[in-house]
Amino acid sequence: MAEGVARLERGGRIDRAKPLRFRFDGREYLGYAGDTLASALLANGVHLVGRSFKYHRPRGILTAGAEEPNALVRVERGDGRSDPNTRATTLPLFNDLEAFPQNCRPGLAFDLLAVNGLLAPLFPAGFYYKTFMWPPAFWKRIYEPRIRAAAGLGEAPRRPDPDRYLHRFAHCEVLIAGGGPAGIAAALAATRAGARVILAEAQPAFGGWLLGEGAVRARIGGEAPDAWLAEALAELRAAPNCRLLPRTTVFGCYDHNLVGLLEDVGDHRLAPGEGRPRHRLWKVRATEVVVAAGMIERPLVFPANDRPGIMLAGAAATYLHRYAVLPGREIVVVTNNDSVYGLAGDLAEAGARVTVADSRRRVPEAVATAARARGVALLTGVLPAGSEGRRRVRQIHLRPRDAGITLPVPHACDLVLMSGGWHPDLALFAQARGGLRWDGDLAAFLPDRAHWPMRCAGGANGTRSLAEAIADGLRAGAAAARAAGFSAEPPTPPPVEEGPAWTLEPLWCVPGCSTRERAKAFVDFQQDVTARDLGLALREGYESIEHVKRYTTTGMGTDQGKTGNLNALGIVAGERGLPVAAVGVTTFRQPWTPVPFGALVGPHRGALFDPVRRTPMHRWAEAAGAVFEDVGQWKRARYFPREGEDMAAAVQREARAVREACGMLDASTLGKIDIRGPDAAEFLNRVYTNAWTKLAVGACRYGLMLGEDGMVFDDGVTARLAEDHFHMTTTTGGAARVLAWLENWLQTEWPELRVWCTSVTEQWATVTVTGPRAREVLRPLVEEVDLGPAAFPHMTFRTGRVAGVPARIFRISFTGELSFEVNVPAGYGLHVWEALVEAGRPHGLTVYGTETMHLLRAEKGYIIVGQDTDGTVTPFDLGMGWIVSRKKRDFVGRRSLFRSDLQRPDRKQLVGLLTEDPARVLEEGAQIVEDPNEPVPMRMIGHVTSSYMSPTLGRSIALALVAGGRERGGQRLWVPQLDGPPVAVEVTSPVFYDPAGERLHV
Amino acid sequence: MLRIPCPFCGPRAEIEFRCGGEAHIRRPPDPEALSDAEWADYLFMRRNPKGIHFERWFHAHGCQRWFNLARHTVSDRILAVYPMGEGPPAELSAAPEAGADG
Repeated sequence: MAEGVARLERGGRIDRAKPLRFRFDGREYLGYAGDTLASALLANGVHLVGRSFKYHRPRGILTAGAEEPNALVRVERGDGRSDPNTRATTLPLFNDLEAFPQNCRPGLAFDLLAVNGLLAPLFPAGFYYKTFMWPPAFWKRIYEPRIRAAAGLGEAPRRPDPDRYLHRFAHCEVLIAGGGPAGIAAALAATRAGARVILAEAQPAFGGWLLGEGAVRARIGGEAPDAWLAEALAELRAAPNCRLLPRTTVFGCYDHNLVGLLEDVGDHRLAPGEGRPRHRLWKVRATEVVVAAGMIERPLVFPANDRPGIMLAGAAATYLHRYAVLPGREIVVVTNNDSVYGLAGDLAEAGARVTVADSRRRVPEAVATAARARGVALLTGVLPAGSEGRRRVRQIHLRPRDAGITLPVPHACDLVLMSGGWHPDLALFAQARGGLRWDGDLAAFLPDRAHWPMRCAGGANGTRSLAEAIADGLRAGAAAARAAGFSAEPPTPPPVEEGPAWTLEPLWCVPGCSTRERAKAFVDFQQDVTARDLGLALREGYESIEHVKRYTTTGMGTDQGKTGNLNALGIVAGERGLPVAAVGVTTFRQPWTPVPFGALVGPHRGALFDPVRRTPMHRWAEAAGAVFEDVGQWKRARYFPREGEDMAAAVQREARAVREACGMLDASTLGKIDIRGPDAAEFLNRVYTNAWTKLAVGACRYGLMLGEDGMVFDDGVTARLAEDHFHMTTTTGGAARVLAWLENWLQTEWPELRVWCTSVTEQWATVTVTGPRAREVLRPLVEEVDLGPAAFPHMTFRTGRVAGVPARIFRISFTGELSFEVNVPAGYGLHVWEALVEAGRPHGLTVYGTETMHLLRAEKGYIIVGQDTDGTVTPFDLGMGWIVSRKKRDFVGRRSLFRSDLQRPDRKQLVGLLTEDPARVLEEGAQIVEDPNEPVPMRMIGHVTSSYMSPTLGRSIALALVAGGRERGGQRLWVPQLDGPPVAVEVTSPVFYDPAGERLHV
Repeated sequence: MLRIPCPFCGPRAEIEFRCGGEAHIRRPPDPEALSDAEWADYLFMRRNPKGIHFERWFHAHGCQRWFNLARHTVSDRILAVYPMGEGPPAELSAAPEAGADG
């Protein structure tokens, strides 16, 4: 591997002792530690790095930073590590890095779709809306898939991401975004004041401009800036109240100064390495934010301004001074400002032939003289009019600005540098709702009033010299610390020697580009939007800048138009004959640069996606081969298949066992709320539909809770443990919701009630023993409780001991059989469960799961809230009018029940359905119609809510909500099927089994 | 994400809380005395001001306490926090934008 052709022998901040091998587009190259992929490519003379989004035009490296629109590559690191849209300009080089160009087939140098460039008239602004309209059916089948395949940026990775991502929360008084001179100065001032400071810098090293051009352009305190930089960073590193975060991008400023940071922990290498996350996402709550994000340079908009080898002047300065790369030998610099002249001299001294073509008629004399003295040729009043060169620019056309019809003069070159001026990077400030104001002198927007406690410093605040930037940073840091409650005066800025601050004459685009020219003058390089597209959008009537943006897609790429937006505004303003300030800006949104989904997800995936709750008996069920289902966060045993059984077979066996002998269910997931206080009974009276004040101690009662809108909200059995003490149960999924609901009423509406609610769901394990032989199973294990029917009737509870441990036994039933719900402290749950399994053996005790529980309760017509109800169902709809107290004048939801709409006889009501074919099991959710021959769309009069094959009845059963259902007893209705003829059903009572409840009272 | 000053726990991130909608809507003491329209008004009708909004918040992942909060719906600034059962601070309820629906 040879040394890169464009690498200088000396200078830069690369480590020549650490060569790195890397591959791009299948070819091997050599770079150095300290390079970015972009600088290493340029050092090897590689300018062509990608194809453009729409026209597949060859593209090169435009910038040297995060604003890069073109040089997006796919990085492959093996093991599923595949990252599209990685900016070559910010990707630190590492050994064995392998990158590929994007958006080209079959290859970078010869791309078949470059024909799109010839078809350019087909892709004007808004081409989506115009070109592919006919015939209509073609859009979905042909046009859209083809366009999607041809356009688009990069490819999503196909394999699971093997890396870890972490989240971290932090608090500080002063967060500083950007570690250039202004950010460092702000950190110094705020740290000295005693504030907790976080200084985040996207690059691996702090220093910003001082690491590149600044190192040769200025002196601080009579020395090279490195000395000041080293001293400042040493002071910050030593300060316990300052945290320096290199490789950390501030990507978003949100409400109340929540700031999002993306830290690259292991991304700048082939793999993060043992134990390291790839990224760490910081969520920082900062009292004050200082945005020191610097400035962004704009391209000049002229025809064919997008060829490889055309880059921003500031980028070339960075490549020259920081990475020791001379990216061209025959260089033309096109500009409208002075900021390029120092660089032009540097390039000439490094061995290039340099011509500056300035659009201004007059250039400040001192600037021009100094450049000439360093060997730079200067043309003034000259505009770029076009360029030539396929894979790299080889010619630029220049024309005098004032002459009438002079033909452009071709000028041979291998590098074109452009500078349209610099503007503050205000994305973070504006995201946080900060206002902007136009500055005519700078020809850019400046930060105006901040919305949240925030300020800008340095270039982001419009400063144009190092001295100003440092002084502004010190001021901003001190002011932020003061605003956060510290006493601080800005430290005295160090003396800075440098040239005069640059000036410019705005040039939003070379005249004619927005209307006449056929050659493409790009404004947004990533989205392939030209000046002509903007002009067209305006001529078609789009005026608001937000509309122009969406119609042309300018500013909508992964770079969010960092380099192009201001030129777009300037062009629109020019076309409309308005000042730029009157056009306004489009809304800035987070994130500033793309954030990987992995970093946003963080550790919350796989086992950590959601907490898993397991009952104390979980291990037993697992060992017994249970199949589990998720109910909320709970894992519940759904059924216990035996050898060769599927779910249907297991459920039939389990259900028969309960009806014929005895079954046992782990009901520990039921929500349980301990309610205490002298007003507890009165409180229940208000939140349940039925009466509670007279419930005897030792008794249980089923209760229904309604929302204030009269709709069923939750249900459960509540027992009175003492005059002032209740044990409430809720549905498994509703436990947290019900507790919050009760607290809401107690705290906000009835603070006078002396009631305290405590969640005890996890304190109790609950075992349901049910079936005709339940009493025999339980009896040998129970102490202190008489289980006889007279001593312990249905809907009561007793306290005693089961299997030697304290227990609350509730005689309540969700199966329609004799049932005992045994509650023991959770720690004893497994012990009691195992004891009951043993005790039940001689009685044919069968363990069953939730599926059988659902079937058994459906046979009895017992509802499940959330399955047979959906938030639009009242107790009357369910046929449960019996539970709505006639005597109570008020309870939550009562008034709504008497609204006329809730009294309509044709409301959907709960009924049973029996299929004419007893073997046919309906699908839950299936729609019900009256007339199977009605043309589609048919009038749907209801739907199936629960449906099972009942072993007890030897046929299928279903519950359904049907309009006016209770009046339809015996009627024949139809359930249309997706495949096959409609199924005939007969409307019946929802209680299929033991309607008199004789099996309960034994 | 808002930073909400819980009166019991101090400032905490919005994700710890649940918003309970507009504050100071008293449950009618005798719902039966109300017409359907009046009841529907209590049940469903809420203000949607451009300006100061008084709302109820619940520190669900914290102290489990409800409290009242005054927030400007445009700026998202939190102007006051006060206990359940108390009216809004006089200077806020008297503010000209407090009542304006927009």
